[in-house]
Amino acid sequence: MLKNRIIPCLDVKNGRVVKGINFVDLKDAGDPVEQAKIYSDGGADEICFLDITASNENRDTIYDVVERTSKKCFVPLTVGGGVRSIDDINKLLNCGADKVSINTAAVQNPDVVEKSSKKFGSQCIVVAIDAKKVNDSWKVFTHGGRNETEIDVLEFAKQMEICGAGELLVTSMDRDGTQIGYDIDLMKSISSKVNIPLIASGGVGNLDHLLDGIKFGNANAVLAASIFHYGKYSILDAKKFLHSKGIPIRI
Amino acid sequence: MNVTIVDYKSGNISSVINSFKEVAKGKVNIDVTSDLNKIETSDKVVLPGQGSFKSCVDALNSINGLVETLNEFAITNKKPLLGICVGLQMFADIGYEETETKGLGWISGKVSKINNQNGKYKLPHIGWNQINIVKDSKIYKDIENNSHMYFVHSYEFLPEDKNLISATTEYSSNIVCSVEKENIFGTQFHPEKSDKIGLQIIENFIKL
Repeated sequence: MLKNRIIPCLDVKNGRVVKGINFVDLKDAGDPVEQAKIYSDGGADEICFLDITASNENRDTIYDVVERTSKKCFVPLTVGGGVRSIDDINKLLNCGADKVSINTAAVQNPDVVEKSSKKFGSQCIVVAIDAKKVNDSWKVFTHGGRNETEIDVLEFAKQMEICGAGELLVTSMDRDGTQIGYDIDLMKSISSKVNIPLIASGGVGNLDHLLDGIKFGNANAVLAASIFHYGKYSILDAKKFLHSKGIPIRI
Repeated sequence: MNVTIVDYKSGNISSVINSFKEVAKGKVNIDVTSDLNKIETSDKVVLPGQGSFKSCVDALNSINGLVETLNEFAITNKKPLLGICVGLQMFADIGYEETETKGLGWISGKVSKINNQNGKYKLPHIGWNQINIVKDSKIYKDIENNSHMYFVHSYEFLPEDKNLISATTEYSSNIVCSVEKENIFGTQFHPEKSDKIGLQIIENFIKL
């Protein structure tokens, strides 16, 4: 039976982890490679890096991070943030990323999704959608949630599936950072609209939220950052909890 | 010993390279090349494959003499070869992804889209699934039955001779997840992404 996945996400800026786990035995708490290794050793089903490097001159730092991580972690590695072109995707894959997530570029130029999924295969193309409720529907936001568009999230999700996206990583902007749980309605709506796997993101504050995302939001995978980083729960805690609630999990 | 990972410019093979180098730890030489002489003189060959069946077959064919060299290696000389994902699928006579495409024809059968029961199951089949080992296979030495492996695919290999299937996995149907025919091994899942158990499978292959 296919298992639901737990994916810890690390924000990386200029090659360093922004919010990380504070374990005493870490040699260098700011090193994304060490953090990723802790997660993969702890049973993470995948690792996700979100590159939030703002300046262009430091963009290349992520390639080095990905290259070093892929030599230490033998679970799938997804990298996103600032991915604009086929060339960016190619470079990340060559450095050892297994999947690349595309956000703003997918909105501005859906052709990137279509061309890259043809060139590299759908399996490595994740489209990241930042969604926020505006009036009665969800709209797509770009540029890390700063820019509002007129695009309807559910229609965009379907369009991305048709373009060849292998998975959707959906973040609720309303919930992100609140720790009050995923936007279950949003996840459920998207999951029933598309036939590709859904990764839920944004708002996790406790283990029940992970359960809700899978059980009620119909997410195939759950992504979380802070609950793991601050040592509140380990990956194994999350897995044991979900397993005890009858969710298929790899332990 | 030399193990060659065939680099035929199709898809991303960094993870395969990294995992083999991790297991080899410098004791076994890992080459990454499409050089026909190197492949020919190698002790073992790994055939990775990402993207579509057609794109992989096209990429193999675009390198002059590569298919013949692989045929000689695996079929004539019967040296150990491991196909991963589409690398396994290409063992088939024929594949139906994008368009009907001829495969290597090493193991009779076809590669078709997974029957997802009219959308009841999502495709690609992405994530960790348990393997049911149905036949003693050398690459499963010290691997427990029902171990989890990482999968990502929408097409499946359907060999004619079911006796060649070494493990299956349960999704929308019972999916073939590995085959073994004498010296030819193939996994639909990605051992290079399947954590420690995956690395053990790679080690088993290297130690054959």
